[in-house]
Amino acid sequence: MLLREVGYVRPGSVAEALAALAADDGARALAGGQTLVNVMKARAGSPDVLVDLNGIDALKGIELGGDGTLEIGAMTTYSEIVASSEARARPILGEVCAQIADVQVRNRGTIGGNVCTNDPTNHLPPLLAAIGAEFTIQGADGSRTVSAADFFLGVYFTAVGPGELLTSVRIPAGRSDGFAAVTLGVDGTCIASAAASLNGHVRVALGCVDAVPVVLEPAAADADAVRAAVQGASLDPPSDVHASAAYRVHLAEVLAVRAVQQAQGSA
Amino acid sequence: MNISVTINGTTCERDVEPRKLLIHFVRDDLDLTGSHIGCDTGNCGACSMIVNGQLVKSCMMLAVQADEAAIETVEGLSDDDELTKLQQAFKDNHALQCGYCTPGMLMSATALLRANPHPTEDEIRKGLQGNICRCTGYWNIFEAVKAAAE
Repeated sequence: MLLREVGYVRPGSVAEALAALAADDGARALAGGQTLVNVMKARAGSPDVLVDLNGIDALKGIELGGDGTLEIGAMTTYSEIVASSEARARPILGEVCAQIADVQVRNRGTIGGNVCTNDPTNHLPPLLAAIGAEFTIQGADGSRTVSAADFFLGVYFTAVGPGELLTSVRIPAGRSDGFAAVTLGVDGTCIASAAASLNGHVRVALGCVDAVPVVLEPAAADADAVRAAVQGASLDPPSDVHASAAYRVHLAEVLAVRAVQQAQGSA
Repeated sequence: MNISVTINGTTCERDVEPRKLLIHFVRDDLDLTGSHIGCDTGNCGACSMIVNGQLVKSCMMLAVQADEAAIETVEGLSDDDELTKLQQAFKDNHALQCGYCTPGMLMSATALLRANPHPTEDEIRKGLQGNICRCTGYWNIFEAVKAAAE
């Protein structure tokens, strides 16, 4: 497919990228491109300038702090997370990244692109909401760090504003996590998903049932308490060719229990 | 934009528009038509190439992003008129029928066997997950990769 005409810059630093984004209202950051290139083919989006972040080394890599906190550069690919010994400090990360699409997509797609797209069917928004990730956003006026609740704002919409970049994702220490999804084929797009974390307290995040991950804190980790929490939640799932809204609500309950059970097993 | 790529060992410089996808650059500008366009949506894997050692779908990348990169396509697998062990195994195991997916399958299997010379059946399936074949039902392709790994 021939794309619409588009400008292209490949900055070598975050400062250059921010300047390029600020210079043109129609500029858009290009991360792994595994969503954006298709969006451009479909003419669902038509940036005037692509600011390719692939040349910025400062946005790549995984650091493990002394307290077990992971700091993951926004341009780190799924394959890099799967292969990283540091990332095994929070094993669920590599496990879920290995379930995204296929080898080729995992080699290009990035953690930053995944969360900044905030497609409700993506794997990482509910996972990162469940495990208490924080997101560092840099703009012309400096940087700020926000929680998942303040990061995911709507479908395809996050706290990263015009002229800003997500630079890194910080993930606290923990091991007792789970993730369950019903997908279109093995490792395909999620029809419904749930992530769970039992590090300190029970936290479940549901995907595909609202514009943003729905975070619940069941009173206990037993199946009845988890089901009750999902039943008591206000969900707004879409109906489409893959599942009705009612079926997605049903799946949310089942998957929440499965995710919690996996988290219990990995304790 | 002027870009320079090394494709199957040969360095080429071309002027390309930023909107040109890597697959179109390789097929139309470099006349290497072995890599196929199947779905053009990143699902089928027929356009798979190895860029700087990594397997990618070349319809999901811009040509300008490959500036200074080393690209491998199906044309570069064998450096003479002989088939590689993997290509011979595809032939021996009837791992292709119409052949449309074959260049992508060969590149994915090549990347897999480089990283993991003796993959299990599950690892072969996972390694070829990004490539769709509508003729063979995959079985003979798995058999071919297994044979090439022996």
